[in-house]
Amino acid sequence: MNSFGIAREAIDLAAFRAALVDRSCGGYVQFEGWVRDLNDGRPVLRLEYEVYEPLAVNEGERILEEAVQRFGVQRAAALHRSGLLELTDVAVVVGVAAAHRGEAFEACRYIIDEIKRRLPIWKKEHYADGDAHWVRCDHCSEPA
Amino acid sequence: MKLDVQYFAAFREATGVGSERVDTSAATPEALFAECTARHPRLQRFASSLVAVNDEMTGWNAALAEGDRVLFFPPVAGG
Repeated sequence: MNSFGIAREAIDLAAFRAALVDRSCGGYVQFEGWVRDLNDGRPVLRLEYEVYEPLAVNEGERILEEAVQRFGVQRAAALHRSGLLELTDVAVVVGVAAAHRGEAFEACRYIIDEIKRRLPIWKKEHYADGDAHWVRCDHCSEPA
Repeated sequence: MKLDVQYFAAFREATGVGSERVDTSAATPEALFAECTARHPRLQRFASSLVAVNDEMTGWNAALAEGDRVLFFPPVAGG
């Protein structure tokens, strides 16, 4: 019922939302992460995402299941892009449908936070000055 | 023993290879990474780097076995 996926092309947001519609749900929360033109004060031109799919999909499904169990929501899904993205492109989308809005907001927040913390996905920023570098996550846990 | 090592993102660029087969006596990913660092001087372990063996996330002190596929992940940055 839940589904986590990696998208190589632009995400179809209408189709993503439509797949979550459920007549038992009175609240739906959707989060989109966009490609922004500035990071750490440097103008960004575009982004590149590298994804190790076998692990990212398994762990992504696990995160969705955790959110459903923990917050009691009806349905949860997420899609993350790979490849080259331009400014304003949607990099990630998370959708949660629930009987009521409270748990939908909480579950959505949980899912996006865990995606950023746990999935084997890396972001390379290409800057206006021609430079490019891999972004380091500054809130990742220490290695076990 | 022989192992397959795979590097991602910043690690791949630091080593210049996506993967390599190594003959090693390293007992753990920790020891193996140290060996790889000696072979690829530009490789360095960031504080929140992760390791997986045979597509399962594991710890730096896990036991390695013949034929394992060891994946070294630099700090992740999805979303």
